[in-house]
Amino acid sequence: MVNRILVGAHYGLKDWVIQRATAIVMAVYTVIFLVVIGSVGPDSLESWRGVFAGGFMRFATFLFFVSVFYHAWIGIRDIWMDYIKPDGIRLLLMVATATVLVGYAGWAIRILWRT
Amino acid sequence: MAEMAIKKKRPKNLDLPTIRLPLPGILSIIHRISGAALFLLLPFLLWLFESSLTSAETFASFKAVVDHGLVKIILLGLIWFYMHHFCAGIRYLLLDVDIGVDLKEAILSSKIVFGVSIALTLIVGVQVLW
Repeated sequence: MVNRILVGAHYGLKDWVIQRATAIVMAVYTVIFLVVIGSVGPDSLESWRGVFAGGFMRFATFLFFVSVFYHAWIGIRDIWMDYIKPDGIRLLLMVATATVLVGYAGWAIRILWRT
Repeated sequence: MAEMAIKKKRPKNLDLPTIRLPLPGILSIIHRISGAALFLLLPFLLWLFESSLTSAETFASFKAVVDHGLVKIILLGLIWFYMHHFCAGIRYLLLDVDIGVDLKEAILSSKIVFGVSIALTLIVGVQVLW
């Protein structure tokens, strides 16, 4: 029997849902990617670039990257919460994690839209 | 009353070498380790992705890095980590919707995860790396 009042705090439900939603996006993309790679069989710079030149694959890859970074944020944050007990160090590690992931997102966009 | 119950002496078994982690537990810790490793290697993977797409020169350096024997082994390990995380993740999604919660099924599904992820690693790894 749960006697807590469940109103007013999120109890991590939002992150729990996002962890799973991003997982499904990545899983679907993984299958699409393997099918595309398997059928195109890119063996040169041109054919490899061609895989990401189409609007669909570029957008799907972008969605995949965003899912990876958000998913990684929740997973790595859980690791810090499980093993790092001093609040200051934990906060520092969380901020560092979020910072590099936002940076990676910018990097991924640059890679996808420059080619 | 409640405090009495909490203070009651309970048997402890924290002799780590004697605790045998069951298969779903091994799957679980590899899920975490593989996730952490993939996170730590994200800059390397993004760099590989970038150099593979940017220009003929960067593509050549990408080829040179990926053709190195040691890098191939690392990438094969990463592909296994990815496939394990992928398969174990699907298992967790099924557990979320109450599929395979019984002990027998949980052990069976763990075996399936290990088998399928290793098979996928070999199929994809050999295709992509060799």
